Amino acid sequence: MNLENSFVNSRKGLIGIAIAVSVVVFLLTMLLVSIFRHKTEAKNPYLRLVEVKQATTDSAYWGNNWPIHFEQYKKTANASRTNFGGGDADPAQKSQMFPFLTRMFSGYAFSLDFKDRRGHAYMLSDQEKTRRVTERPQSGACLHCHASIIPTLVRMGGGEVAADQYFENIIWSGFEKIVKLPYHEAHKELEKTGSLNPQVGAAVGEFLVQEGAHPVSCTDCHNAKTMRLQVNRPGFVAGIRALKASEGVANFDVNRDASRAEMRTYVCAQCHVEYYCGPKVTLFFPWGNGVKVEEIESYYEQYKFTDGHRFFDWQHGETSAELLKAQHPEFELWRQGIHAQSGVACADCHMPYTKEGAIKVSDHYVRSPLLMANQSCQQCHAWNEKELQDRVAAIQKRNFDLLLRAGNALTEFLDSYKQLKKSFSADKVESSQDQVNLNKIAELHRKAQWRLDFVAAENSMGFHAPQEAARILAESIDYFRQAQLMSVEMLNMGHRGSSD
Amino acid sequence: MRKSYFKINYVLAFCFGIVLGLGMFVFYYGEGFSYASSDPAVCANCHAMNHQYDSWIASGHHHVATCNDCHMPSTSFNKLLAKALNGWNHSVAFTLENYHRPIQIKEYNKNILQRNCIRCHQALMEDTLLNLYKEGHSMNLCIHCHKNIGHMPIQ
Repeated sequence: MNLENSFVNSRKGLIGIAIAVSVVVFLLTMLLVSIFRHKTEAKNPYLRLVEVKQATTDSAYWGNNWPIHFEQYKKTANASRTNFGGGDADPAQKSQMFPFLTRMFSGYAFSLDFKDRRGHAYMLSDQEKTRRVTERPQSGACLHCHASIIPTLVRMGGGEVAADQYFENIIWSGFEKIVKLPYHEAHKELEKTGSLNPQVGAAVGEFLVQEGAHPVSCTDCHNAKTMRLQVNRPGFVAGIRALKASEGVANFDVNRDASRAEMRTYVCAQCHVEYYCGPKVTLFFPWGNGVKVEEIESYYEQYKFTDGHRFFDWQHGETSAELLKAQHPEFELWRQGIHAQSGVACADCHMPYTKEGAIKVSDHYVRSPLLMANQSCQQCHAWNEKELQDRVAAIQKRNFDLLLRAGNALTEFLDSYKQLKKSFSADKVESSQDQVNLNKIAELHRKAQWRLDFVAAENSMGFHAPQEAARILAESIDYFRQAQLMSVEMLNMGHRGSSD
Repeated sequence: MRKSYFKINYVLAFCFGIVLGLGMFVFYYGEGFSYASSDPAVCANCHAMNHQYDSWIASGHHHVATCNDCHMPSTSFNKLLAKALNGWNHSVAFTLENYHRPIQIKEYNKNILQRNCIRCHQALMEDTLLNLYKEGHSMNLCIHCHKNIGHMPIQ
């Protein structure tokens, strides 16, 4: 082949060859560098540039060593939206979607201000700003969950903040102290403790304490030396011990006895639980009888305050019934569902493994699995994403409709009760039989609202355990209608109503 | 008369040499020779396959089938073609990092897999399969139901 006179040997041809070869070499080098990069990443997942202590509550400091995790954690400040979840940039009042909430919490701070949730990054600042804290006296116990508080508890308990291991009794003694303080004083203690940031090259014992309060941080779930999952929140440590005892496992020490799979749930269950938080008694998780809605209810039934009175959170403004407040019982509801039974932990769906290059990390951008259905759901459910999303939407819509129905039952009961009350002369009951009946109605109100609140306060819109959530709402509706029936009967029969 | 730019033969040969050399190095550095074997550990060169490799070890087909037995055609020529095609796709996917997470099998490889199921289990499935063919149904993939045979979902 004589190339001398061909196009290839012309100036244009030469330029053509140069371009073609350079493109091929470019692509080959891209491939080569990517192989090289992946091999290197696989060898060195992270570098420990700084030392972190259990008292390093500033996540940004941990971010020196674990930049990927920290970047993901910061993203929890982003706004996100799903049908019923996510977190808006400026969350609306929940009563916009559920108008019955304001009357439901009549006589309680939640009727004043009850905004929708948003990401972990805001957990402390939102608590500082809510009118429930700025306009109502609250105990320091609220910081048990909304702040990275363990080092503060250790300090107040007389322990060594810079230690590598914290002891339960020290934490507990500090916790009892902080519960007795009003919120704003407790907050100051939190700021005073700040974050212990070991300085590079500093002598042993020389630490920089950076004042300031932090929301949940790395130290709340991880051991600072080994990175193993660990839990320190006293409410949870005591609660899980009580729960395991009720299931026949004695002396359960969660950091010693829990499996890694269990820990992937327990770190979240430190806070995403029902609890008592108030001035009357040190915060506790009501798990002594189990975690089902009626088991917690029975625990509260037999719990007596120091003055001997039965446990209750507040008296309803309209019916004066002694009611229970349910707070986000995600752990309790999840436990009744099929995913829990199949061994799927919180982190499996909400912090699925993701790949940054060749590095596999648990996604620390904790958010709704619906926003990452491929990572969360498709690991086990091999269907296309639309089918998965549709299925979840259907489950949640059903739950939402039942929730509105229960809210409607609540409202109609309260209306009937209002009518009944009006019929009493000058708000005084007319007979002892009336009082007995009113007490029965109050009991029904307590049962009904406890169940409605249990599902309303839970953040999965029923998904964690759909059938259980539906059952709870069905019972709630039943109790509300029974209470309404009694009220109407009393009204119609001139107060000498049913005496059974 | 056209000038002879840099003796074009030499230029072409030179460029070709660069590409060949670079290509050979990439092949060597990426352990390209290992892909000619049927050692399952080779598939786990890419750590994206770590989970599949681990769960295959624990699976029921571990002692009778390696990765190639299920995922590669059984005839030499088709196997070569499939390896080449997959090799190209893998290179692109890893360089651009744009493949679906979690990783999902594509149509071409699904067909290979289905044929391999039948290849081993034909005697057992003869009647069922023949019936399906007769009624003109398109065959459901065996793995649609028998999902955990080769390697299980993450638990």
